[in-house]
Amino acid sequence: MSASADLAQIASAAKADAPPAIELAGVNKWFGALHVLRDVNLAVAPGERVVVCGPSGSGKSTMIRCINRLEMHQEGRIAVEGIELSDDVRALDAIRREVGMVFQSFNLFPHLTVLENCTLAPIWVRRMPKKDAEELAMELLARVKIPEQAKKYPGQLSGGQQQRVAIARALCMRPKIMLFDEPTSALDPEMIKEVLDVMVELAGTGMTMMVVTHEMGFARQVADRVVFMDQGEVVEVGTPDQVFNAPKTDRLKLFLSQILRGH
Amino acid sequence: MSDASISTGPRKPPITAVGPIAWAKTNLFSGWLSTAVTLALGYLLIKAALSFVDWAFINAIWSVPSNAQGPQTQICRDMQGSGACWAVIGEKHRFMLFGTYPYEEHWRPALACVLFVVLYIISAIRRFWRWELALVWIGMLTAIGMLMWGGIFGLSYVPQERWGGLPITLILATFGLAFAFPLSILVALGRRSSLPAIKVLCVLYVELIRGVPLISLLFMASVMFPLFLPEGMNIDKLLRAQIAIILFAGAYLAEVVRGGLQALPKGQYEAADAMGLSFWQKTGLIILPQALRMVIPPLVNTFIGFFKDTSLVLIIGIFDLLTAGKTAIVEPAWQGFGVEVYVFIGSIYLIFCYAMSKYSRGLEAELNRHRHR
Ligand SMILES: Nc1ncnc2c1ncn2[C@@H]1O[C@H](COP(=O)(O)OP(=O)(O)OP(=O)(O)O)[C@@H](O)[C@H]1O
Ligand SMILES: [Mg+2]
Repeated sequence: MSASADLAQIASAAKADAPPAIELAGVNKWFGALHVLRDVNLAVAPGERVVVCGPSGSGKSTMIRCINRLEMHQEGRIAVEGIELSDDVRALDAIRREVGMVFQSFNLFPHLTVLENCTLAPIWVRRMPKKDAEELAMELLARVKIPEQAKKYPGQLSGGQQQRVAIARALCMRPKIMLFDEPTSALDPEMIKEVLDVMVELAGTGMTMMVVTHEMGFARQVADRVVFMDQGEVVEVGTPDQVFNAPKTDRLKLFLSQILRGH
Repeated sequence: MSDASISTGPRKPPITAVGPIAWAKTNLFSGWLSTAVTLALGYLLIKAALSFVDWAFINAIWSVPSNAQGPQTQICRDMQGSGACWAVIGEKHRFMLFGTYPYEEHWRPALACVLFVVLYIISAIRRFWRWELALVWIGMLTAIGMLMWGGIFGLSYVPQERWGGLPITLILATFGLAFAFPLSILVALGRRSSLPAIKVLCVLYVELIRGVPLISLLFMASVMFPLFLPEGMNIDKLLRAQIAIILFAGAYLAEVVRGGLQALPKGQYEAADAMGLSFWQKTGLIILPQALRMVIPPLVNTFIGFFKDTSLVLIIGIFDLLTAGKTAIVEPAWQGFGVEVYVFIGSIYLIFCYAMSKYSRGLEAELNRHRHR
């Protein structure tokens, strides 16, 4: 085992002492009769970076979408920053304010400019004055390296630029946690790097991140832990080194051989 | 070398490939058959246009002499239809436009119509699309009501039964669409609600109203509705017709709006939810602005349809523009000059509908700019 992996393990062990930023305990979810999440247990410490991987249909999207209740789980407990997800609307509002999300298909609002996309939630949800919201948005657009596109509409940007706007838009809410659902899967190869660079930079700031991705390089570079899911179950959890170099289960071995062939 | 071809610079296309001549060549004279069709249709078109000009202008009679028995329309009748008798418009336009409203007070409905048009123009300017516009509407409509009814500021009282003509058409259309449009948005949202009671209510409303002709709704409003009301309570006939029109238009518009809501990708809802926007923020800031933009053409189509459908109130005896026109030529002296009257009234409808259609095309282009690179 390499020295860096040891360090990562120590780091995540230290973080595990703090109360978890995200906690899933015994979570089960069905789509009709289809059992898509099976008894999922996972705790993410504040500041921890977790990469989730697994074959298509294994429930990765469903799991992270349950965290901000874009999907509803039927059994088990999900808590974010100590607030438990329940039917209480105030709890949900509080959680959604703390959790930013980036989608595979960007989901920018096409009728609003890039700047308006970024200021919308701070103005309406955080009740921030318009001028402050615009300053904040410009600062974050500069951080994702596209301040010059602020007055354009999303349809006028490339895919990579749109995804960086989506990241800036989520960051404008000053979230404590960022969820990414395959943020680079819809991008042309030459644009993947510009988005990953932004995410690496974000990881460097100590943001709690949960990222569904098959980008192994990214996982090795920033992940504290990698979660492997298959058929709705969390099959293996460990450092990138443990998961990618020393898979324990046959399912993970098969998956790794498949994605390595794909790359 | 490739450089050589670039150094000559871009050339204009040959004159035979662009311009009106090229257009005519490809679209009108592309072969012997199309040339023949073009010539035949062109001949018919010119002949029809010439005979219309003959009828409407060259042979037309613009006024007729009058004596103690009233206007002498014999010279119009002698033409036997070869020329228009515009004298009927000159003589009867006041009645067509304002119905049985007291003659000396015609300036009041006239001013009301002007106020309506001003209101339309103000509302059409996007710069004014702010909540204050609602106040302008309330103010203007109150002013119009005071003008029409009178009874204050020294204006004599004119009961609603005596109103007629263009103001009635504008009142029915304006109030109709002003209430039906918001209603339709609520119903369209309600049909997608996760609350079963609201959903069933909205579906029932749309299906019931859509399944019944407007005429029968108007009949119900004028004949049956009063039966359900307690003795002595009487809602104005115009108001009853107005409610029927609002309900009818609302059901149709709701389906148009629902089409727009359905065309919106799910990701838009999810992104708004993930940001923590409330239901009404999400609906007002993200969903409706996009959904309504997408359905501007069918929306305006429905608006125009209802503007004209207000003329159906004639069957319950309300004097709208079209009814007033029909009534104007009941008088024996003017019987038989229906064409002139209908051309006149038709052009009024045409002006309003064409303005709506023209405006909507501009609005559509402007609001959908973001779709173009
Ligand atoms: N809204 C839905 N209704 C019914 N079934 C669904 C729905 N969303 C997902 N599923 C099913 O749930 C299972 C898990 O889906 P999920 O999208 O979470 O997988 P995933 O791991 O994200 O896959 P991918 O890598 O393809 O994105 C799949 O079998 C999918 O078909
Ligand atoms: Mg997925």
